[in-house]
Amino acid sequence: MSGYLEGVLALLCINTVLAYGAFLPMSAGQLNLGIAAFVAIGAYSSGYASNALGLNPILAALGGFAVAASVGWLVAFPILRTRGIYLALATFALNQVVQGTILNVDAVGGAAGYPVSAHVGFPVVAAFAIAVFALVAALFHTRFGISVTAVKDDERAADVMGLSVRGMQSAAFTVGAGLAGLAGALYAHYFNYIEVQNYGVLFSIYVMLYVLLGGTQTVYGPLLGAALFNLLPELLRGSAAWRYVIFACLIIAIMSLRPQGVLVKR
Amino acid sequence: MRSVSLGFGGLKVLDALSFAVGSGERLALIGPNGAGKTTVFNILTGVYAPDAGQVLLDGADITRLASRFRIRRGLARTFQNIRLMPHLSVLENVMVAQYAHTPGWLGMLQPVGFGRANRWRAEARAALEAAGLGKYAAQLAGGLPYGVQKRIELVRALAARPRVLLLDEPAAGLNPAESEALHEALEAVARSGVTLVVVEHDMHFVERLCTRVVVLNFGCKIAEGAVAAVRGNPLVREAYLGSERDAA
Repeated sequence: MSGYLEGVLALLCINTVLAYGAFLPMSAGQLNLGIAAFVAIGAYSSGYASNALGLNPILAALGGFAVAASVGWLVAFPILRTRGIYLALATFALNQVVQGTILNVDAVGGAAGYPVSAHVGFPVVAAFAIAVFALVAALFHTRFGISVTAVKDDERAADVMGLSVRGMQSAAFTVGAGLAGLAGALYAHYFNYIEVQNYGVLFSIYVMLYVLLGGTQTVYGPLLGAALFNLLPELLRGSAAWRYVIFACLIIAIMSLRPQGVLVKR
Repeated sequence: MRSVSLGFGGLKVLDALSFAVGSGERLALIGPNGAGKTTVFNILTGVYAPDAGQVLLDGADITRLASRFRIRRGLARTFQNIRLMPHLSVLENVMVAQYAHTPGWLGMLQPVGFGRANRWRAEARAALEAAGLGKYAAQLAGGLPYGVQKRIELVRALAARPRVLLLDEPAAGLNPAESEALHEALEAVARSGVTLVVVEHDMHFVERLCTRVVVLNFGCKIAEGAVAAVRGNPLVREAYLGSERDAA
């Protein structure tokens, strides 16, 4: 496999993990615009663990999941008190706080970026992506899968039917944050260099688009969305300068033809 | 419930209302529009907290208990303006309610997605088929006709295995044949020992199904007793038709 192809596929795998990180809260009806914050937390905490503490990069990646999930769980309680556009704004603010904080921590390079020396190969990245896909797909074939949709559809009726609305929402938010952290950790150890300036709100919106484009109604939507978003620009590379224009037009076309995403339930 | 009151702003919706329903009984809650019937259901299921008074279930005070714990104790309801989850299939809607009798982490992580052999899926399908709704199982609940959605809501409430079932206008909007089928279904439910509390405007329906009636007007109980007795009560006539003095 050529280095170029491997790089594209590795990024696809990482972005698939990321897409599921964005999908989980969205499946419970929450728009998380702070997904990049959790990517940064996972990337920097795992990078620090393998650089400064000498941890095995695979364990460091799992650590990145754990740290991001813990932060997600802690902020879920205040942040999920807000609804709709206010939730989007609160997560947006969270993104700014995390980005600003890391930018001012000299131990991880601050604005100069942070080189991560331990490397994981493509097979490890691919294995993580497959495992994440399999686990999330399995999760959505349990009662959890129908319960988050129930909460998204009608919170009050879900509550009267015995579901813990806050419990479902914070669980989805926490696992989503953890997956975003895992994606950050994989990126840090595959590309060996991270820069917190990249993890702004625009990044979060990009990830959101994967999921919205692929479809939020089924567990396969994010996979398709990540694939479309990562492979289409590469396939259009022939048309050089125009490829992003063509790509953006294609997105608008897909969204107007399939407003619920490419994959919908029945 | 015991002397329950609730006000929204300056408006008193329920005023020191008390009534009891015995195990296995069939009670109807009637009264003109705005009398507070649905509010009673919302207090019984924990959607609203009352300003004063108590809600008791089997002698235990559940006034401050969150909604989701009440259905786990056997208190299920249907809604006046049907509230099925539109983006779940009919089968999945029924499976949501099964959580009420298998709560907790283990219940939440039960696989329900694969094949007909799955226990939960098979149970939900059997319940739908028994209600003659098997053919809708795989369809999304959102797009189905009103009468069908109403029947599904009843199957869903029963999937929680309630001991007390609260039905908010179950016969409203049904044609005579559908209403008759509903009557049969509820008779069967009642015979299985489930307590029924029904809010309904169709007096013919109430008369056949229920043994006792509580009449509300402006948040107060104005009459209580057997259907025939309540019907002759002048206060009840006045509440529905206006006083004879007004008419004159």
